[in-house]
Amino acid sequence: MSQHVIPQKVYYLVFVTLILLTLVTVDVAFYNFGFLNIYIAMGIATVKATIVALYFMHLRYNPRLTWLFAGAGILWLFIMFVLTIADYITR
Amino acid sequence: MSNTVHHSVVDRENDYIHAGYGLKSWLLTVDHKRIAILYLISITIFFFVGGFFAFLLRLELMTPAGDIVSAETYNKLFTMHGVVMIFFFLIPSIPAVLGNFLVPLMIGAKDLAFPKLNLMSWYVYNIGGIFALYALVNGGVDTGWTFYTPYSSTYSLSNVVPVVIGAFILGFSSILTALNFIVTIHKMRAPGLTWFKLPLFIWASYATSIITVLATPVIAITLCLLLFERLMGVGIFDPALGGDPILFQHLFWFYSHPAVYIMIIPSMGVISEVVTCFARKRIFGYKFMAYAIMAIAIFGFLVWGHHMFISGQSVYAGFVFSALSFMVAIPSAIKVFNWTATLYKGHIEFRTPILYAFGFIGLFTIGGLTGLFLASLATDVHLTDTYFVVAHFHYIMVGGAVMGYLGGIHFWWPKMTGRMYNEAWAKFSALILFVGFNLTFFPQFVLGYLGMPRRYYIYPDEFQVLNVLSTAGATILGLGYIIPMVYLLWSLRKEKNVGTNPWGATGLEWTTQSPPITHNFEKTPVVTGEPYVYQEEEKVVE
Repeated sequence: MSQHVIPQKVYYLVFVTLILLTLVTVDVAFYNFGFLNIYIAMGIATVKATIVALYFMHLRYNPRLTWLFAGAGILWLFIMFVLTIADYITR
Repeated sequence: MSNTVHHSVVDRENDYIHAGYGLKSWLLTVDHKRIAILYLISITIFFFVGGFFAFLLRLELMTPAGDIVSAETYNKLFTMHGVVMIFFFLIPSIPAVLGNFLVPLMIGAKDLAFPKLNLMSWYVYNIGGIFALYALVNGGVDTGWTFYTPYSSTYSLSNVVPVVIGAFILGFSSILTALNFIVTIHKMRAPGLTWFKLPLFIWASYATSIITVLATPVIAITLCLLLFERLMGVGIFDPALGGDPILFQHLFWFYSHPAVYIMIIPSMGVISEVVTCFARKRIFGYKFMAYAIMAIAIFGFLVWGHHMFISGQSVYAGFVFSALSFMVAIPSAIKVFNWTATLYKGHIEFRTPILYAFGFIGLFTIGGLTGLFLASLATDVHLTDTYFVVAHFHYIMVGGAVMGYLGGIHFWWPKMTGRMYNEAWAKFSALILFVGFNLTFFPQFVLGYLGMPRRYYIYPDEFQVLNVLSTAGATILGLGYIIPMVYLLWSLRKEKNVGTNPWGATGLEWTTQSPPITHNFEKTPVVTGEPYVYQEEEKVVE
C-alpha cells in the first residue's frame, strides 16, 4: 500500500474544523429546532466522522479495496438501523 | 496447489519450537505459530473452567429438587458457563489457535501481516480473561451470558461490571486477529495462489474475520451503553429511565447471532480440509462451497430478530426475521450436501480427524434443522426458553464447532508438534464424545418439547429420567474431553515421529517440515495447480 504523506497543514486544518464543529454542536444544543434537533446533531456528527475517516484515517488516499471495507461498515450500519427500525415502526 | 514441488528438508532441531528457549522467548514472540500455541493453552484453561460449571449444572439437575446449590448460585453457574464458553473459548477457538497457526502456512506466507498486533491480541485476550476471572472469584454474575436489560443494567447485585468490561476488552482481541487475517489473505498470498485456489479453510477464516470486524464493534458499544446506564443512570434500556429494553436485544443479537457463525464457519473450513484428505477426493463444488461460506456470513447478519419473537418485537419484524432465517439454511445445506458428495465413492480412510468430521456433519445437520423449528414463528412460541433451545444451540456450538475444533487439532497436531498421537485412544475418545454428546443433549430436545424451561434449578418429577440421562451423557462427554488432553500431551514425550506430510494431504502447510521453521518455508512456494488435487502419484508420504 502506498504511503501517502499528508502535509501537516491539512492535519491542523482538520483539527480546527473538528473543534469548530464541536462548538457548533454545543451551541445548537441551546436552541430548540423541534423535530430538526436530531437531524442537525446527527448531520454535524456525520460530517465530523467523514472528515476523520478521510484525513486522519487516510481513507482519501487509500486504494479502492480500503474504500470497499469502509463502505461495508456503512452498509452494515444501514442494515442494523433498517431492520431495527422495521420493528419499531410496526409495533 | 499440489503442483508445488518445494519440500523443505526436515531439520529436527531447526523449527519454531526450538527457535528460542525460556519463558521470555514465548511471551515476547511474534511468530504466529507460537502465538497459536499460547492461545491453545489459554483457551484450553478456559474450556475446562467452563466445563467445570457445566458439570455442576448437570449435577444439580440430577434430581428435581434443588439439593446442591441455591437458586442464586445456579443462576451464576449457567451465566459463567455461558460467558466463559462463548467469549473465552468458542469465539477464539479455531481462529486464534488453528487460524493463527495455519493461515500464513496455507497461503505460503512467512507470518501474518501484523505480527506484533497478533501478540497484542493474545495479551488483550488475557486481560479480558482476568476481568472475568476476577468476577468469578468475587462471587460471579447472574444475568445469563446475554446480559439482558434492565436486569443487568439496574437490578442485578452480582459482578456485572467486571464481566462486561472483560467481554468488551476481549472483543478487541477478536478484532485484531480478524484484521490480521483479512490483510494477510488479501496481501500475502504466495505467487499463483489466486482466490479460487485457496483452501476452503482460508475462505472460512476470511468470512469469519469479516463477520468479526463488522459485528464486534456493535457489541462493544452495546456493552458500553449498558455500563453507562448501570453506573451513571443514563436512560437507554431501562423503561423506568425512558429507555427500551428491546433495543438492547436488537443490538446484542446484531453481534451475537453472527457470533454463532464466528464459531461454526471456521469449523466448516476444517471439515472441508479433513473430508477431502481422508476421502482422497477433490471437494465437490469448490466454488459453491466458497460462495456458500460467504453467503452464510452475510445472511447471518440479517436474522438476529429470531431470538426476539416473544420479546415484544412487532409481528411484522418477526415475520421478516423468520423468512430471512430460513434463507441461511440454503447455503448451510449446500455445504452438507457437498461434503456428502465428496465422501461418495471416496477411498475413505477412517483416521481420527474424519471421525470428528462425520460427527460434525451429523450433529450440525440436527442442530441446523432444529434451528428451523425455532425460526418458525408458531413453533418458536412454544419452544422459546425451553430446553429445546439449549439442545439446539449445543448441537451447533458443541456438536458443530467443538467437533470441528477437535477434528482440526487432531488433523494438524502432527504439523504443529511433529508428533503423532496414539490413534487407538484418539478413535476411542472421538467415539465416546459422539455417544456422550448425544446422550447429553438429545434428551434435552424432548425435555424442551415437553415444556421444561431453561435456567431453572428445580423441575417437575416427570422430567427426571430424561435429566438423569442427560447428566450421565455429560459425564461421558467430560471423559471424552479429558482423554485427548492426556494422549495429546503424552505424544509430546515422544521423539518427533512424523514427516512433512503424514496424511498425504494437499495444501502448502504440508509442503514444509513438521514442525515448521520460524519463517515457515525455505523458499516462497509458487502455486500452479488447483486445490485438493488428490491423485495417487501426488500423495507425498514420508
